Amino acid sequence: MAYNLKKEASKPERFAGGHKSCAGCGLPVGVRGVLRAMDPEDKAVICCATGCLEVSSFMYPYTAWKDSFVHSAFENAGAMAGGVETALKVLKKKGKIDEDFKIIAFGGDGGTYDIGFQSLSGAMERGHDMVYVCLDNEAYMNTGIQRSSSTPKYADATTSPAGTVIQGKQQNKKELTEVIAAHNVPYVAQTTYIGNFKDLHEKARKAIYTEGPAFLNIMSPCPRGWRYPTEELMTICKMAVETCVWPLYEVVNGEWKVTYEPKNKLPVEEYLKLQGRFRHMFKPGNEWMIEDWQQSVDARWEKLLKKSV
Amino acid sequence: MSIRERLSGNEAVAFAFKQINPDVMGAFPITPSTEIPQYFSQYVNNGEVDTEFVPVESEHSAMSCCIGAEAAGGRAVTATSSAGLALMYEVLYVAASARLPITLACVNRALTGPININNDHSDSMGARDSGWLQLYSENNQEAYDNMLMAMRIAEHPDVRLPIMICQDGFITSHAIENIELVEDELVKKFVGEYEPQEYLLKKENPLSVGPYDISPYYMEHRVSQAQAMKNAKQVILDVSAEFAKMTGRSYGLFEEFMMEDAERAIVIIGSSAGTAKEAVRQLRAKGEKVGLIKLRAFRPFPMEELGKALNGVKAVAVMDKSEGFSACGGPVFAETRSACYGLPEQPMMINYVYGLGGRDVRVESIQYVFERLSEIIENGTTGEVYRHLDVRGGEYSGL
Repeated sequence: MAYNLKKEASKPERFAGGHKSCAGCGLPVGVRGVLRAMDPEDKAVICCATGCLEVSSFMYPYTAWKDSFVHSAFENAGAMAGGVETALKVLKKKGKIDEDFKIIAFGGDGGTYDIGFQSLSGAMERGHDMVYVCLDNEAYMNTGIQRSSSTPKYADATTSPAGTVIQGKQQNKKELTEVIAAHNVPYVAQTTYIGNFKDLHEKARKAIYTEGPAFLNIMSPCPRGWRYPTEELMTICKMAVETCVWPLYEVVNGEWKVTYEPKNKLPVEEYLKLQGRFRHMFKPGNEWMIEDWQQSVDARWEKLLKKSV
Repeated sequence: MSIRERLSGNEAVAFAFKQINPDVMGAFPITPSTEIPQYFSQYVNNGEVDTEFVPVESEHSAMSCCIGAEAAGGRAVTATSSAGLALMYEVLYVAASARLPITLACVNRALTGPININNDHSDSMGARDSGWLQLYSENNQEAYDNMLMAMRIAEHPDVRLPIMICQDGFITSHAIENIELVEDELVKKFVGEYEPQEYLLKKENPLSVGPYDISPYYMEHRVSQAQAMKNAKQVILDVSAEFAKMTGRSYGLFEEFMMEDAERAIVIIGSSAGTAKEAVRQLRAKGEKVGLIKLRAFRPFPMEELGKALNGVKAVAVMDKSEGFSACGGPVFAETRSACYGLPEQPMMINYVYGLGGRDVRVESIQYVFERLSEIIENGTTGEVYRHLDVRGGEYSGL
C-alpha cells in the first residue's frame, strides 16, 4: 500500500508527549518516525543508551515510552539489546511467552560512534535479531556539546572550539554507516527527516521487519549544538540531503543503493550557513574551509554513487 | 542418592549451571574462569541445556547482556575473573540497583598492575560496594553448593539482588577434588523456575527499567536496596537450612571451626581456610586454644553475628587476601574490627594481608600468625596492627 503520512500519523502514539527534550530537537521526531513504522498491534522492547533521549524521556517516576523500555549505561545498548533478544528467544523456545517483540535500540552518536562502538559491533557480528538506531546529532549534546567522532570537520564544539589558532574540529567525521555495512548484516541504512517522512518510514520498516541485525543511522539535528532557530529543523535536514552532506542510502544484503539523488546538487554553503557551529567558516580568509568541505562532500558522493546499483 | 565425582572447581560450577539450566549465559574468557563458559558451551552445543550462550566481545558486554536478559524475564548467568570483573564494575552497580538477580561465578584472581594470573581477592573485594551479594567458597564442594543456592537467595522477593559466587583461582578452580553432586531432579526442584513479578516481555504490562533518577527519589531507592541487602542475611540462612535438609551439608553466614573456648582466632576467607584449619588442628593437638572463623557471606556482612562469635576471644588476626591500599589494613579487617567495636569483651586485633598474586600460604604461615597472637596476649598490646605476611624484607614465616 502506498505511503500516506496522514494515515501513518493517525496511528496511536508509542512515544507520549510531555517528555523533556528541547524545542526543535530531532530526537522525538526520530523516535516517533521509527516507531510509526511498526504495525500498531506489534510489541517492542526499546533499549536505550544514556544520552539526551534517555534522560529527557524517562525521568522517574514518569516515562514517555508506551512499550517496554530499558536503559542501563552509556556504552552498552548493543550488548544489552542482545541480552533482551536472547532472553526472548529462549523464553519463546521454552513456551514461557507466546508473543513476539521487536527489539529496538536507540543511541546517540556518543553512545554509538564512540563509547558504545565496541558493544554495537559485537551485537551486529553476533547476529541478534534487532534494530540499532543511531540518532546522530554530531556531538555529545547531553553533557554540553563536546566533539565526538561524528562531529563534522571544522564544527565548533566545546572541546573543539573555533579558537583564534585552531578553528573547530580538525578531524573528519567517521563514516559509521559504512563501518556497520562492513559487518555484512542484512540491512543498513542512512536517513533523516525530509518531506513527508517516507524515506525514514520505509527504511525503519525494513529495518524492523528484516530478520537479523539492522542498523539505521538518522541525522538528527540539535538546535542547541548546531545553533539554528528551532523552527528550522526540517530545513536543515533538507539542506543536508540536497547538498549530499548526508546522502540517503541503504545497503540490503550487501547491495548499496542511493535512495535519493538531488536533481540539482546544492553547494555545501546552503547547509553550513544555516548553523552557528559553522559560522567561523564564513569569515573572510576562511574560504578554504568551505572549499575543503565541498571537495570532501563531492568525493564521498561520487564514491557512493559508484557503489550504488 | 547423591553422586560421587571428581571435578575441578570450574567443572563443578559449569556442572551446577548445567543442572540449573539458566536461560542466558553471556560470557567472555579470562583466566582462570575461562573453563566455565568453555565447559558450558559444550553442554549448549550438545543440546544438554536450553540455555542460549552469548559469546560477547568483552566482560562489560557480558554483564550488559545479562542485564538485558534478566530484565527481559530470563535467568542470566556469567563467569569472570580479575580484570574482567573490573571491566564490569560500572554495570555491576546497574544490575544491583535495577534489582536484577543475575548470577556471576567469580573465580578470584589478582587485579593487573603488574599482570598476574594467580589468586587473590582484589577483584571481588573491589566490587564489594556494588550492591552484589557475595558468597565465598573454600573448596570445590562449596563452590558447587553455593552455586545451587545462589538463585534461591538472589531471586527471593525480599532480596532481588545479583549474586557473586566466589572461589579461588587455580587453587580450587583447577584442582580436582572429590565432590558430591546432587541429582538433576533434586536440583531442578530445589532451584525452581524464575518467576519475576515484572519483566520487559510481560505482554499485559509494559515495563520501564533504568530511569534517570533525581534527588527527590534517588535516596529512597538506595535505602530500599540497602534494606534488601539486610534482608539477605535471613534468606541465606533459610535457603542454606533447606539445602542442608536435602544434602546434609550445612552452611551459615560463616563457619566456626574449633571456636569453643578459643583464646586466639583467625578470620579468613576462601581456600586458605582449608590450610588454616590444618594449622588449627595441629595446634589444638598440642593443647593450644586456637580457632578459626571462615566467612562465607561477605555481602551482606554478618556484623552482629561475627561480633558475637568473636566476643571474649583474647586476640584475633584478620586475614586479607587483597591489599586495599587504605594505609590501615584490608577490607575484611576493617569490617571485622568494626563488628567487634563496643563488644563487652572486645578482642585485641591485628590484620595480615597475605597471599597476594598467588603467594603461597602454608600451614606454617598460619602457625606463625598464631604465634604472633600469643605474643600480643603476653605483651598486652597489639604492636603494629596492619601487617603483611610472608613478604621479603618483612614478616616471613620461613619459606
